[in-house]
Amino acid sequence: MSLHIKHLIGLQNVPKEDIEIILKSTKKFKEHFQTSKEKLTDLSGKTIANIFFEDSTRTRTSFELAEKRLSADVLNFSSSSSSLSKGESFKDTVKNIEAMNIDMIVVRHSSAGIPFYLTKYSQSVIINAGDGAHEHPTQGLLDIYTIKEKLGRIKGLNICIVGDIAHSRVALSNLFGLKTLGANVSFCGPSTMIPRDIEKFGAKVYNNIDKAIRENDILNVLRIQLERDAGKNFPSIREYTNYFGITEQRIKNNNENILILHPGPINRGVELSPEVADGNNQVILDQVTNGVAVRMAVLSLLGKN
Amino acid sequence: MKIVLKNIDLLNPYQKLNNKKNDLEIIDGIITKIGKNIKVDDDVKTFDLDGVIAAPGFFDMHVHLREPGREDKETIVSGCRSAARGGFTGIGCMPNTTPTIDSAEVISSIKQKASNELTSVFVIAAATKNREGELLSSMFELMENGSVAFSDDGVAIKSAAILKRVMEYSKMFDVPIIEHCEDNSMAGGGVNEGVISTQLGLKPAPSIAEYLIIMRDILMAEYTNSKVHIAHISTKRGVQMVRDAKKMGVKVTAEVAPHHFTLDETRLLTYDTNFKMNPPLRERKDVEEIIKGLQDGTIDCVASDHAPHTIEEKNLPFDQAPNGIIGLETEVGLTLNELYHKQILSLEQIIEKLSINPRLILNIPVPQIKKGEPANLTLLDINKSWIVNISEFFSKSINSPYAGTELKGNAIGVINNKKMFINNNFFNI
Repeated sequence: MSLHIKHLIGLQNVPKEDIEIILKSTKKFKEHFQTSKEKLTDLSGKTIANIFFEDSTRTRTSFELAEKRLSADVLNFSSSSSSLSKGESFKDTVKNIEAMNIDMIVVRHSSAGIPFYLTKYSQSVIINAGDGAHEHPTQGLLDIYTIKEKLGRIKGLNICIVGDIAHSRVALSNLFGLKTLGANVSFCGPSTMIPRDIEKFGAKVYNNIDKAIRENDILNVLRIQLERDAGKNFPSIREYTNYFGITEQRIKNNNENILILHPGPINRGVELSPEVADGNNQVILDQVTNGVAVRMAVLSLLGKN
Repeated sequence: MKIVLKNIDLLNPYQKLNNKKNDLEIIDGIITKIGKNIKVDDDVKTFDLDGVIAAPGFFDMHVHLREPGREDKETIVSGCRSAARGGFTGIGCMPNTTPTIDSAEVISSIKQKASNELTSVFVIAAATKNREGELLSSMFELMENGSVAFSDDGVAIKSAAILKRVMEYSKMFDVPIIEHCEDNSMAGGGVNEGVISTQLGLKPAPSIAEYLIIMRDILMAEYTNSKVHIAHISTKRGVQMVRDAKKMGVKVTAEVAPHHFTLDETRLLTYDTNFKMNPPLRERKDVEEIIKGLQDGTIDCVASDHAPHTIEEKNLPFDQAPNGIIGLETEVGLTLNELYHKQILSLEQIIEKLSINPRLILNIPVPQIKKGEPANLTLLDINKSWIVNISEFFSKSINSPYAGTELKGNAIGVINNKKMFINNNFFNI
């Protein structure tokens, strides 16, 4: 089993067969770690740099754990500890790291396009850990894996992504990955947070959360960036929560079987009520567990190429 | 010094001149003889230009020379030489320099630095002090020192109230206000809002930001009965509004940059910052309407919006890299390739858009190919096939998306200010 892709930049151009191989491999890794503490050796002798130009605890630790469980040598590099603060350009920083014989680079950056740009002048395998509001492909894959694990399939399912779509990298990765596997993807949120022409990608748009809950099998609820958006993209947290927040009552009224995903961290009482955040419909911690397994699959498959 | 151009075709629609295979004698920069088979002594420098067309010198009314302030990107001298190599004998330079071109001192310093160049520099001074959109610039003084128009280019004039004052005041000189049409409250990040910005996850530049200012400016020009020139038009709706306004008799003119009639937004898909400009590349429908607007005269001229930037800046992440591309040395080739060879415009129309109309807009005399007149000529080989090689450019910057593009037709030389550029050399004549 090997992948067509050489890097993982986004799910937009990943063929269906590749996604299926990654999901299969994820299952294998997950099963291994549910029964054993023994490290695997898929990446022994490989050096991986986790280059995070933007704060991230979850994604970075998830990648790091995945790398260590595969016996890779890991270098962590974050912008606060880097020479970027000394004025070195992004390109020079990455070239310097690469000069130390790195096999793979896991990169997160606040600017869309950086991972793609890296593939043009770097010899390493590049894995996008989130670039601006573009894509976050391993998040998309772990969401897909979790849905498949819980519901047994992807094809034909109705999935609605809820919240600030315009500024989300999770939304696009979900859209492209899920559509490739034959799901129906829709979006729900205030119109100010839905990017223009998104329906041209074959996605339905809801402005009514009750309807979205009724007509979908899964909600993937995004984190609301309180500090950035309140008052600009929607009038107030109160209004957002009242009209788009997911509550037990709404689930009860509309669709008691709905599966709720959330990439974290949650704003309890904003996009999810505390009861829903801890309730029976959500699979948030499964997502976290699956995140490590998905990243092991991606690292192992791309590292072998 | 005497030179003779042999067997050249003379084409100047402004003077209704269209004569094939003439000889042109030029002494000390003045046209002294035009005719067939002019006798030439052995010691006279002659150029056999069979198949070449002599047109009135081309003029680019939208150039960022970067001096004073960013001489690492371009200087007045390098910009003038880039213009000459590209086929231009005159350029209009924009005021967004540091310091801003809003004083007699800055104008005269620019004029002085350009005084030995083949290409003449005409200054477009700031419409408001420091382009801040608060206070009127000293237009009487700026006009007296050689300003040919006013603009806050880089941004639109900040408020309607100031625009009204600017138009009322500038009307005294009968010069246009050149507007960068973008509502600043919606300014974006170099990618058109829509399918492309959505899938790239980049901050979008909505086309309505252009519509709003074009509409505002047309209404203000109508209300104040003054002239407005729409710079680098990029949208279908914008072209339609200019067309309608012209029909209604509003004094509005418009220019387009070659990248807006040759490229569309799909080129952004690789996050290549050489396609990042403001206004951004738009949709195919916009490109098509622009081409229609060029054909029916809604768009008066082609101008490069030549915007040099260092490679270090252009290598920044897409959202941080500056807007703009260099254009002087690809403009004529792109125009001939896209508009002449694809039968959108006739050669006469191209000469109008690249030479005559920009001068008429700025009240600058149009060069005549006539005995006794100064030789101000662009020499065209409309069938020459060539490949854009940026390493040969005279511009100090290399931020062009056209590297490696094959084009048909180009300027092969220029004559102006008693100087000639041909075969990659400047010399005095």
